[in-house]
Amino acid sequence: MTWAIYAPAVSAAFLASLVEAIEALTIVLAVATVRGWRPAGLGAAAGLASLALIVAVLGPLLDRVPLQLLQLVIGVLLLLFGMRWLRKAILRAAGVIPLHDEAAAFAAGTAELREHRSRLDWLAGLASFKAVLLEGLEVVFIVIAVGAGRGLFLPASAGALGACGLVAIAGFILHRPLARVPENALKFAVGVMLSAFGVFWTGEGLGVAWPGADLAIVGFAGLFLLVAALAAVAVRRPVGAAP
Amino acid sequence: MKILAGIARELIGLFVDDGMLAVALIAVIVIAAIVASLTPGTTAGVVILAGSLFVLFANVMAVPR
Repeated sequence: MTWAIYAPAVSAAFLASLVEAIEALTIVLAVATVRGWRPAGLGAAAGLASLALIVAVLGPLLDRVPLQLLQLVIGVLLLLFGMRWLRKAILRAAGVIPLHDEAAAFAAGTAELREHRSRLDWLAGLASFKAVLLEGLEVVFIVIAVGAGRGLFLPASAGALGACGLVAIAGFILHRPLARVPENALKFAVGVMLSAFGVFWTGEGLGVAWPGADLAIVGFAGLFLLVAALAAVAVRRPVGAAP
Repeated sequence: MKILAGIARELIGLFVDDGMLAVALIAVIVIAAIVASLTPGTTAGVVILAGSLFVLFANVMAVPR
């Protein structure tokens, strides 16, 4: 195994998980602010338990899937997933669509929960549960995707767990959404890396012998970065124009 | 049921945000698969790489500003 594939896998898992964990934290904090920590914590714990169950049940099945088929399926899904992130990050960087604002998402979340004050706390817990489950599923997919076929599950999982732990600790200490994280820059970088992995795995799944083997991923990432940067410049909205 | 439908919708949304981008990418992969079955080597890889980069650029440029 080369460092060229090890480092992108770990960093892709870490950075992508960082973004997902921040989004989940924003909703959990919104629930905690309006309804208290009990429904927020219970919902988040139930979401984590559901995730653990899904991983425990479906994880062993991955070993039964033929490697080439697994690489192809993961590659196609990674391409769809990574290009979706990259497209959105390009449009945000160019000012075509507004940047994702965690402070605004937090304000919207708390306002929505305050509108339903008369309802039971379990609805608030459900919001927390759904956020943790859905964002967590994205993290699980990324770990599977970047770890598939090369025995990188452990380092990718470590990267993802490190990011989730970091965000959980920061959220616990600060008690407010992590609005200063350059989320679009992270999404841009992760979109580039996931798209590069997607091209590599799809090719491997189709039986392509990439020149340079694993090192090809670094070259693909460079090309995606270049094209994405060019696209962002080409579609950049003039300063002062309405988004 | 409504919650499950919402979760299913969001799961699909993880991979498909812009329909045209997803369709174009699938088309590139299908073409690459056909090329891979006809010509072993790296030609299919070139199709995937160049096709994905072109689809990304073209899709972004097509967004109304």
